[in-house]
Parts: sequence; C-alpha cells; structure tokens
Amino acid sequence: MNEPRLLEANGLTLHFGAIPALVDVDAQLWPGEVLAIVGESGSGKTTLLNVLAGRIRPDSGVVQYRAPDGEMLDVHAMPAPALRGLHRSDWGFVQQNPRENLRMGVSAGGNVGERLMARGERHYGDIRAEALRWLAEVEIDADRIDDLPRVFSGGMLQRLQIARTLVTHPRLVFMDEPTGGLDVSVQARLLDLIRSLVARLGIAVVLVTHDIAVARLLAARIMVMQRGRVVETGLTDQVLDDPQHPYTQLLVSSVLAA
Amino acid sequence: MTSEIGGYNFAYLDEQTKRMIRRALLKAVAIPGHQVPFGSREMPLPYGWGTGGIQVTAAVLGADDVLKVIDQGADDTTNAVSIRRFFARTAGVATTTRTAEATVIQTRHRIPEQPLREDQILVYQVPMPEPMAKLEPSRAETRRMHGLSDYGLMHVKLYEDIARFGQISISYDYPVMVNGRYLMSPSPIPAFDNPKMHQMAALQLFGAGREKRIYAIPPYTDVRSLDFEDHPFRAIRAPHPCGLCGAEDSYLDEVVTDNAGGRLFVCSDTDHCAERRACGHVGDDGVAEAAE
Amino acid sequence: MSAVVLRTEGLAKDFTLHLQGGVRIPVLAGIDLSLAAGTCVALSGPSGAGKSTLMRALYGNYRAGAGRILVRHDAQMVDLAAADPRTVIAVRRTTLGYVSQFLRVVPRVSALDVVAEVLMARGTDLAEARAVATELLCRLNIPARLHGLPPATFSGGEQQRVNLARGFIGCHPILLLDEPTASLDPANRDVVIGMIADAKARGIAIVGIFHDVEVRDSVADHLFPVMPLQEAA
Repeated sequence: MNEPRLLEANGLTLHFGAIPALVDVDAQLWPGEVLAIVGESGSGKTTLLNVLAGRIRPDSGVVQYRAPDGEMLDVHAMPAPALRGLHRSDWGFVQQNPRENLRMGVSAGGNVGERLMARGERHYGDIRAEALRWLAEVEIDADRIDDLPRVFSGGMLQRLQIARTLVTHPRLVFMDEPTGGLDVSVQARLLDLIRSLVARLGIAVVLVTHDIAVARLLAARIMVMQRGRVVETGLTDQVLDDPQHPYTQLLVSSVLAA
Repeated sequence: MTSEIGGYNFAYLDEQTKRMIRRALLKAVAIPGHQVPFGSREMPLPYGWGTGGIQVTAAVLGADDVLKVIDQGADDTTNAVSIRRFFARTAGVATTTRTAEATVIQTRHRIPEQPLREDQILVYQVPMPEPMAKLEPSRAETRRMHGLSDYGLMHVKLYEDIARFGQISISYDYPVMVNGRYLMSPSPIPAFDNPKMHQMAALQLFGAGREKRIYAIPPYTDVRSLDFEDHPFRAIRAPHPCGLCGAEDSYLDEVVTDNAGGRLFVCSDTDHCAERRACGHVGDDGVAEAAE
Repeated sequence: MSAVVLRTEGLAKDFTLHLQGGVRIPVLAGIDLSLAAGTCVALSGPSGAGKSTLMRALYGNYRAGAGRILVRHDAQMVDLAAADPRTVIAVRRTTLGYVSQFLRVVPRVSALDVVAEVLMARGTDLAEARAVATELLCRLNIPARLHGLPPATFSGGEQQRVNLARGFIGCHPILLLDEPTASLDPANRDVVIGMIADAKARGIAIVGIFHDVEVRDSVADHLFPVMPLQEAA
C-alpha cells in the first residue's frame, strides 16, 4: 500500500534518567485510520503519544507529519508557533481527565467555540451555531450550552472535551485513555460516539489505552508496548486473537470475559 | 533646575533608575502593546495609588514640562492633587489643570475629552497589565500566548458575555489589539475612551508598579477594541447631556445630589466641562446653579 | 472450470503458549486448498481437528505459520500470509467476507447499522446502506421492530441471523462461513441455504464449516478434509 502516510516516526528513543521510556520505536499512521497503543502502566505508551504529538522531545528519532499541502513536517524541528498552530486546528488531543483540557469556568458553548475563535472566527452567531451543532453530535442537550462544565457528570465532561476537540475538524487526534475512570455504561456510550464520529469524519486517531476491549472496538491496527519497546504490532484482531509475544499473551489472557 | 525641597534628586527617582525606566520605555515604544518588565521601585505611596504611573512620569519629566494629573477625569481628587504636588515639590515643574497647556498628563481611569497633540505624553496608571490575567492564571502561559499571538481565550470571554448578557458587558478595561499584534489592557479606562487611543497623536505610556511592567503605544498607532462581526464594539455613555455644560458627547459621572433620589449627570472630565462653560455652554442644571 | 479465487500452498499453523512454558501445539500443516468462483468447499473432519483455525487463518485473523494464502483481490493474487495489515484490511473490505460463529456485539449500535456499516465502510451512503440492510434482515426473518435495537439482547438465533446479514450484505467474492446454521430453526436454515445457493449462482466462492450434514450436502460442491495432526502423522 503506497498511500502517503499521515504521521511517521522512526527510531524514537527517550530516557528519563536511567529509565528507558522509549527504545527505538517506529510508528506509522495513515489518513482516517485508528491506531491503538496498548500496554500496562509504565510501558511508555503515554510517553510515546506525547512524543508523537510534539509535546515531549525524544533523545533521538524523528516524527514527521504530512501537512494538508503534502509537505512532510518534522514535528520536533518546527518552530513553536507552527506546532501550536497544528495543535489548535489540524490536530486534537483528548486527555483522560477532561478537566485538564476544558476551561471549567467557561460555559460549554465557550469551550466548544474556543478553537474556532483561536483560528480567527469572529462571528458570534456562527460560532454559537457551530457549538450547538457539536453539542448535539456528542449528545449534550442544547439547553446546557450556557452551563458551566463543573456541573457536568464525568461522561458529559468527556463528551464535551471531544466536541471541543473535533470542532475544527482535525485530521489527526491523539487520545490518552479517553474512557478511563468512567462507569461501564458511560464508557459504552462514549466508545460508540468516538467510533461513529471518527468513522464518519475520517479522522486519524492515535489511541492510548490499557483496555484491550477498547482497542478492539476502535482500532484497525495495534501496537503492544512493554518497558518502552514495541513488542508486537499488526492487525488488531490478529494480535489479540493470535498473540505471538509472551507479553501480549499475558495481556490478552488477563482480561475477564464479559 | 532646583527642586523645591532639598535632599531628593530631580523628580524623586535617582538618575540610574530613571535611565533603567527609559530603556524599558524605549523598548516598549519599539514593540507597541508588548509588556516590558522593569525594576519597579518602592515609592512613597501605596500600590494601587499610581506607583507605576508616577515612576514613568518621573522618568520622562523635564524641567520645562507642564504636568497635569487626573484621577477619574478630575484634577481635584486626592490622588491627583497629591501626585501633582509631589512633582511640583520634587521636580519644581509647572503644573496645570488645563489639558491644552500640559505636556505630560498622568491619568488614572480616563483619557481627556479634548484630543491630544503630538507634543503631549499621556501616562496611564495600570493596576493589572495582563489582559488575560483573570482567564489564565499562569503567567508563563499568558506570555506564551502573547508570543504566539494566540488570543482565542480573550474572545471566549467576549463570547461568554454575549451568551450571558446578550452583549459584551465589559464597561472598562476593555481589551484592545495594538498595531494588529499584541493584545493589551488599556488600564481601567471606560470602554467609551477606547476609540481615543486609536491613531492618537500623543505618545501613550503605561506603568504598572506592583506588577513591574511597562508598555506603550507610539503616536498614530492602530488600536482596535476586540469584538465580533455581529456584535461590534460600541462606546457607551449615559444617555444624558451634561447637567453643567450641556455636552452630549462626553463621558458622564452620575452624582447623587440629595436624599430624595435627585441625580445629576456631569462631565467626568472636569477641565473639559469648565472650558465649555467658560465658552458659554450651559446645561439644564448649570442654569439653575447660576441663577442661585 | 471457473477461475481459482483462493488457494493455499503448504499452509501451516501452530500455537506457542508462552504462559505454559512455551508449549508448541501444531494444528495445521501442509494445507493445500483451492477454491473456484461460484463453488462451495465444506471443511470436514472431527471437532478439534482445526477447521475453525483454518478458517481464521484464511481470514487473516490467525497468523499463518508457514505457506501462502493467495487471494484474488483487485485482479491479482495477494498473499495474505505475508501481506501488511492495511492490505489485509483492504482485502477484507471488498474481497473476503467472514461470518463467525458468534456475533461480536458493539454497544448501542442497532442491528440495522451493524449490517449497514459494511457498505458504509466502502462509501455507500447511509440511506442506501440501510435500505439494503433492511431487505436482508427481513429475508432472514428479523422482525422490523428489532432492526433499530442493539442485538445485545437478542436470542442466539437472532444474533446469528444478524451476523449472517452482515456477512452477506457485502457480496464479497469470497465468503467464509463458520457454522452459519448452528443455532437456527429449520425455516431459517432453509433461508440460509437459499442465500448460499444465490451467492454461488452469482459467482461467489464459499468456504464453510457445516455441522449439519443436510445443509452441507445441499450447498457444498467439494469436501475438504481437515484431520487432527497427531492422527494424520
């Protein structure tokens, strides 16, 4: 398959003191594809996500992103304003804790509209209409648009974060445990929402999760990480149904069947 | 060039400090709207009373300058009187209450009604120089936002106002974009005064003593109040003529005149009002006053 | 003789259980299977012989240990055993369909959309995909009132029929059926037999595991024996 890659990482290595957080990690992502990174806590998956997103600089290795005009951008060599520009329109980042991303003192509508305004939208009516549309997309009632997020439930906060992130129609979204810390029923609703939005809008996603059921549901491809290394990678269903590496077998066999 | 009282350098501050402040001012003028840190000194008045403005004034004041100081538009309030006398005694400069005669005007919370000239300097007292301070608590983050011209957050505040009140409810300290680049706090002047900053002939200097920041707007610089296309900026004033001089285009103070709910709207700019009355303009309540 | 659309050469598969001290369990060896368009091959053999394993290997769900799995995709033969994941995904999208024994239920997605999304993944618009899905579900006797509900609460037979609709809607040139009639009543079993016959008539090639000998005899053109390796050796 020679379709151009959206994101490509080669030879990523990063040490925190003596601890190897990433060891010679390669990764590729194609447009519209969901890639899951799984592994236990401390395996380096969130670090990898942050390095791919340009938020942590690796000791060595290169991350390249294909801009809409086709140019390959070196994520860690580009000027800060350009990277920030990417992060506020072409990219999105969904945190495990939505409070880290949302402005808790700003209404739901203001939270959704911020990226539009940061991009230069200056028409209040348009911004509000777009915010309403996105609240509907994430199943938040229109009459909550002027409420502060601090009165929202955990599941609503996470859905609001997703609306806030997707409002600029990013081509690439990084997600760090988007369903972590939520009740099972709330999780199911959120997963379904992410699944349908991502498929419908053709968004590419790098998804970090320790929950392999989440990976199976959302991702076509998967990377299994252990102690900073990618120990296995491939088709999600193949890796999970026929795991080759001892660590993947352990991971898969540790899951309770529902 | 002798000071009226001994023991102090001209205009109170030592020459080294004034040089330091002037260097900060030069940088501020070179980068309109950008906040420049400076080594703010202890001044013989409390923070919040104009320590920033007074240091800037001290640094730009020359022996033949004529100083005017206003507080909320008035020359006769405690703060204005104190600062005027401070410089009269430490620098021996001439002082005035007349806008047209002044070469340096230090102000708290107003811009004079009368258009300023190229040979005048307007010095603002600034309590909080960071326009996004209430929205983003991290100073490091707001600096990054200025650096990257990332001002979506400020518009979020305006959005919130319209969503909640149906209009932008900021009535003073209304944020402006300077020279199309830096977001700036105009200090707590009424939004009514904002348009006067745009393309002003006089040099505008801003000093924040407690926050240790100086910024500036050079003459003839674009200063735009933030707004939305469908909710444009509007300069709001009380819908009355001045009770004393009859002016219908000046910023008004509301004065309670008795215990029966009597009110009087008068020009906030006392000099402007006096000038107009001297030229024969008389408001409704002015006539009554003259008749008494 | 019609064109061969699927062929395996020396296909082998064993499992290494690292958690059990690295025990190696050989399941398949030297499988040479050939499938022509418009025909149905039934895998036969005792249970535990590896029929489902072979089926999953053909779909790329299990990784082949050795040999080749050649699939006719976009007018050329693609070796699934060596293909990269994205190629496998592309082959599955348009060429290779699979009906597993059990429906994998996705929370909150209606039966209709479980079926329709196969077409939507290829770019068919929502309304058209749903119309085709509705037709198929009705043919499989899923009452219309259930179409809008997620299949999680359906009976085993209903879930299996939703799964079949999902498998057949794509009209993939190659279809893998793992016990498609296992939990169906006679009437629905006959519907499935009819659907398989229709598919064959349209040139679709089928590999199936059929426990029900009656079903097998009515649809299969060839039997492909799969024997437990220990006995075969």
